[in-house]
Amino acid sequence: MMDRWTFGLTMLIVGMGGTILTLMLFSLIMAGMKKIFPYEKEEK
Amino acid sequence: MVDAILGGLTGLIAGVSALHWSNLVMIAIGAILIYLGVKKDFEPLLLVPIGFGCILVNIPLAGLMEDEGFLRTIYNMGIQNELFPLLIFVGIGAMTDFRPVLENPYTFLLGAAGQFGIFLTLIISLALGFPYNEAVTIGIIGACDGPTVIYVASKYAKELLGPCSVAAYSYMSLVPLLQPPIMKMLTTRKERETVMKTHKKTVSDTTALLFPIVITIIGGLIAPMGLPLLATIMLGNFMKESGAVARLTKVSENEIANAVTLFLGLAIGGTMNGEVFVKPQTILILCLGLLAICLDTVFGVLFGKVLYYVTGGKVNPLIGAAGISAFPMSARVVQKEGQKYNKKNYLLMHAMGANAGGQVGSVMAAAVMLSVLKAMGVI
Repeated sequence: MMDRWTFGLTMLIVGMGGTILTLMLFSLIMAGMKKIFPYEKEEK
Repeated sequence: MVDAILGGLTGLIAGVSALHWSNLVMIAIGAILIYLGVKKDFEPLLLVPIGFGCILVNIPLAGLMEDEGFLRTIYNMGIQNELFPLLIFVGIGAMTDFRPVLENPYTFLLGAAGQFGIFLTLIISLALGFPYNEAVTIGIIGACDGPTVIYVASKYAKELLGPCSVAAYSYMSLVPLLQPPIMKMLTTRKERETVMKTHKKTVSDTTALLFPIVITIIGGLIAPMGLPLLATIMLGNFMKESGAVARLTKVSENEIANAVTLFLGLAIGGTMNGEVFVKPQTILILCLGLLAICLDTVFGVLFGKVLYYVTGGKVNPLIGAAGISAFPMSARVVQKEGQKYNKKNYLLMHAMGANAGGQVGSVMAAAVMLSVLKAMGVI
């Protein structure tokens, strides 16, 4: 069993890092989807 | 005959004589929660049933939380198996408009920054001696999202369900009081006065429709342990955006959400028995929850400042404060604060983007956390 500091810092680095990377990925994917399905083109 | 009458009378005073001082404290707390809900309009839909459940469970000998008791039945029905928070999430998804975050996808990052409080509070809780599962549950109060807190607590630290849920819902309703001083403290007047460009509508219906499906698949693949949280909110949103199942959308955001909220509140109140609840640890948890939500705001605003400098002053750092899950309350706070310093400043739609990002961010943070814990063998 790992010690408390190892656990806490791992959660901070992997947990927070994972959250940021995932949301960054969402941001890139949605920006890409906006280009693939642009607003004006669809409305016409 | 006299003995029988006296025996009968002891039955009538048994409740009073079994009353513990901690029950009286909790009855007072239940009454305060009801007062805050009814008179101060602080999350009344939750605080009223929680307060009532809290009063009920502290009346001795009623047996409401014993096997087959009224509150125990509700608890087993939807808290024990984490069903209620998930049903609430379907309703939240059906009520939430994610288009503001899709207008400016970079606001997803503000939603990520607003989750720092979760992980920092987790470390502080560990330092204070809480076991791993409890530290995780206390940290998740920083998600500022009631159903997420209830989901995690009911899965990994049932004994903390009461204090953590009360902390999450109480602090969510206190966002208009908690955030403005932090926003003011961390920004200069010039930054607060920054005017942001008005939004043009740029999101097609197809993009809005595909958003919940894409997020569910990608998010689920990255953090499968949190898929129930992510999938239910996205299911609700997909039903809303598709427009094809208006009846299901309506029933999710109204009847189901309302009925489940009542049951959820009563069952949470039912966990607030005085002898279990009244202890120094509870006060510590409430303080840590407050800290978590304040830290979310601090890091959200600081990331807003980073964007301000990176974009050459085009982003008002105040919108960073909305990167939490208190939707749409936090965005309204940002709009109000922005207008306080510049009457021509309309930050609402930008803040709504960050706020919707915060909604996704809090769910993803919980999902990532659970998946990392699983991989580490902690849960």
